[in-house]
Amino acid sequence: MTTTHDTIPFHEAIAAFDPVLGLETHVELGTASKMFCSCPTAFGADANTQVCPVCLGLPGSMPVVNRTAVESTIRMGLALNCQTAEWCRFARKNYFYPDMPKDYQVSQYDEPLCFNGWLDVTVETEDGPRDFRVEIERVHMEEDTGKLTHAGGATGRIHGADYSLVDYNRAGIPLIEIVTKPIAGAGALAPLVARAYVTQLRDLMRALGVSDVRMEEGSLRCDVNVSLARPGEPWGTRSETKNVNSLRSVERAVHSEIERQAAVLLSGGRVIQETRHFHEDTGRSTSGRSKEQAEDYRYFPEPDLVPVAPSREWVEELRGTLPEPPSVKRARLRAEWGISDHDFQTIVNAGALALVEDTVAAGVDQASARKWWTGELTRIANDRGVELESLGVTPAQILRVEELVATGALNDKLARQVFDGIIAGEGGVDEVVAARGLAVVSDDSALLAAIDAALEEQPDVAEKIRGGKVQAAGAIVGSVMKATRGQADAAKVRALLLERLGVQE
Amino acid sequence: MAVMEHDLVRQDAATLARAMGDGEVSSEEVTRAHLDRITAVDDRVHAFLHVMPERAIAAARDVDRRRAAGEPLGPLAGVPLALKDVLTMEGEPTTCGSRILEGWRPPYDSTVVERLRSADVIILGKTNMDEFAMGSSTEHSAYGPTRNPWDLDRIPGGSGGGSAAALAAFEAPLAIGTDTGGSIRQPAAVTGTVGVKPTYGGVSRYGLVALASSLDQAGPCARTVLDTALLHAAIAGHDARDSTSISAPVPDVVAAARAADVRGMRIGLVRELSGEGYQAGVSQRFDEAVGILTDLGAEVVEVSCPHFEYALAAYYLILPSEASSNLARFDGMRYGLRAGDDDARSVEEVMALTREAGFGAEVKRRIMIGTYALSSGYYDAYYGSAQKVRTLITRDFEAAFDKVDVLVSPTAPTTAFRIGEKVDDPLAMYLNDIATIPVNLAGNAAMSLPIGLAPEDGLPVGLQIMAPPLADDRLYRAGGALEAALVDRWGHLLIEEAPSL
Repeated sequence: MTTTHDTIPFHEAIAAFDPVLGLETHVELGTASKMFCSCPTAFGADANTQVCPVCLGLPGSMPVVNRTAVESTIRMGLALNCQTAEWCRFARKNYFYPDMPKDYQVSQYDEPLCFNGWLDVTVETEDGPRDFRVEIERVHMEEDTGKLTHAGGATGRIHGADYSLVDYNRAGIPLIEIVTKPIAGAGALAPLVARAYVTQLRDLMRALGVSDVRMEEGSLRCDVNVSLARPGEPWGTRSETKNVNSLRSVERAVHSEIERQAAVLLSGGRVIQETRHFHEDTGRSTSGRSKEQAEDYRYFPEPDLVPVAPSREWVEELRGTLPEPPSVKRARLRAEWGISDHDFQTIVNAGALALVEDTVAAGVDQASARKWWTGELTRIANDRGVELESLGVTPAQILRVEELVATGALNDKLARQVFDGIIAGEGGVDEVVAARGLAVVSDDSALLAAIDAALEEQPDVAEKIRGGKVQAAGAIVGSVMKATRGQADAAKVRALLLERLGVQE
Repeated sequence: MAVMEHDLVRQDAATLARAMGDGEVSSEEVTRAHLDRITAVDDRVHAFLHVMPERAIAAARDVDRRRAAGEPLGPLAGVPLALKDVLTMEGEPTTCGSRILEGWRPPYDSTVVERLRSADVIILGKTNMDEFAMGSSTEHSAYGPTRNPWDLDRIPGGSGGGSAAALAAFEAPLAIGTDTGGSIRQPAAVTGTVGVKPTYGGVSRYGLVALASSLDQAGPCARTVLDTALLHAAIAGHDARDSTSISAPVPDVVAAARAADVRGMRIGLVRELSGEGYQAGVSQRFDEAVGILTDLGAEVVEVSCPHFEYALAAYYLILPSEASSNLARFDGMRYGLRAGDDDARSVEEVMALTREAGFGAEVKRRIMIGTYALSSGYYDAYYGSAQKVRTLITRDFEAAFDKVDVLVSPTAPTTAFRIGEKVDDPLAMYLNDIATIPVNLAGNAAMSLPIGLAPEDGLPVGLQIMAPPLADDRLYRAGGALEAALVDRWGHLLIEEAPSL
């Protein structure tokens, strides 16, 4: 079933083809109750405990639209510069699957609530930041399906499984689907544009308060459409890579699909219109079901629901509740923090803007907030292949670390170990410090003993310092730091050393 | 008073309610009398799929106790009722006449049942119906046909044949039906009883297992116009759980039934719903009834609804389309029948085998038609065109109601046919609903009431009254007047002429 072709390097693919992207992003709205019933939406409850006749699709039950979900969708649409429909209907998308209680999904089809918008995104290039306008086709509402768990079998998919379990707690959770128009012209930047777009969508939804977008819980899922065209020629056949569930994966999925399709085309093959499954571990996708015989969902207007007809007054009222637009906000933050375009873009590229902002708001100075999020924490997140926010480090914890550094109780090296401990689940800042025994050694006698030992080991260096070569002190300080496993304050060691040797700076 | 001297089961609901209110008889006695009647006759009639004697008697005793304690009770408190098996009642089987739902006990009450319970109506059991309400004879029930109490070899109409037969066999004075294309009115017509399809959205559909959501409507059935109105008032009104239910106040149908006055009322005869295809005795009784309405002071005129001739075709695209989707959930995964699950077959195979085993031929036929009509490439030609016809029919009604207050027609083109006569001829079966379907497409209100026996076969004939949306009271005003005039002429209700079983 899987057609295997070798991939070719990305730069060669881009040299031969222009990629065209399309992104369909599903996000669970943060409403307290489900789309069409009053069941709670909290994540993590025991299976099938947050269900009722409506979200179980029991015979006779009927849906009623959650007004907050409509409101959230309209606000999201407005933030994406969309028009809001004056009248639109839900539609049934019919197909049989055991995760769907009714064997149809209540969604929207040819009458989306919001349509024709755009979102400007910025990506960092070698020539500095570059803006792209991503046009939005539509924003619509639908209900989520249940969650299937397949036991046994090699693939983790329904075919070949020994048995499958269904949890309908997720069934009926309101989803917002945001569909872009084709994104062309990004060239080699296409993977970054895709990532920047989804990052910005996420930040926007959080800023609007319509969803807290817990990516690690699968509350944002992206379907990535990619096709290639030779310059000047019509667009090629697209593939759809389903359920790409992290910012990093969005970038990787686009990247690898460009490489794969280019290899197919350059070897004289033909790209098949198909659904592909992305594998987080390998960063590559495998062929799923072919869409050559397109599935017929037999959409028709949902007769159990009345049309949604938001009054213009309501829409304008909602427009008044929108937060500062992201581009305006970015300009403001950059000015407030007084940093360069480059430094600012580093934050954005790391997907850390909201985290830095929250950390500054928590009371940390912007330089330290940036240093942690774009430095050490980004490195750890990349090593682990996870999103920054799923590391579990909070702005309040960074504030506490900074307080301890300011009082001299921690230094940078120890602070990094504190974050290691937090990420490892060892508790909060003070717990990790206590448990790991992380404290700057400030007992002069202990330090003096270490200094004396170092001087004894390196008499030549000691002699140089005594002779006035103050810069040679670094070697001794280094030895002391090593001996104290980094728990000493380097400046203090240096001062004590010079004092010991009777040398002035 | 008189009630105790007569057979309790032959009394109408209003009379029973009054007698219970006056302390002449208890709800328990009334309920037991009906349960005894069911025991005595239902093996021949087969109106019920499920009878719940213990629960009914417990509910009746509760009413009696509260009445004795002086609690204020509703106008139908303690009166027994037969519930069509398409409405959920917590903990009780709900099969919709299908094998696929055998054994399923819903964990919740439909809004209709909730309202009946809060009105202290005593639910005796669940009545037989064509599978998922698809049919006009109740022969398509997976549990065997219901028989017409007027002639046990004949059909009681459908899909709500069980509810109508229960009334005609004096097994219950009240019943609930549902009407998607005539399933309340046509059974009423062929059993000599009264049935009303309220305005679409007038009665909550929550808990009504959907056949075609945009057409389905639950409604009241009884042996008199007043009883029907009392039941209508008990179940109607806005329900937050059904967003298609109407939030306007329910018209005062009980007052209208009591007023029973057509003086000055303008009544339209629908030209397209008469003549060829209507049995001679049906047309004869209809013409006589129209004459009576004129005598009573109504102004009768003929009106034309030119698009009604396309109603049947449009209906048999819209209904199967919606049904194909509504019935998708019966896949054996969560409740009801599961077939072929041998631990080796795939989920798709089990779904297919379950549906193969669980659905009858008529259901499969309509699911296939609907699936086809909604398919990409055919949608516009079939479902899309049908919706346009629907709009034209609605406009025909609007134009007609500019001229008249209500429209009338025969309810069904024939009296009750013989069991087996049309079961293998779907088109002949579908034609039974030719006069009732336009109302469902437009969402209007309509009633069928008995107007006599056809001379050629001695079987009941029904007259249909149609009113604009939200003008359900006009049905009762006109129906009440006609019923009173006929009872005056006959000296009794038509149903009194039914043979004793």
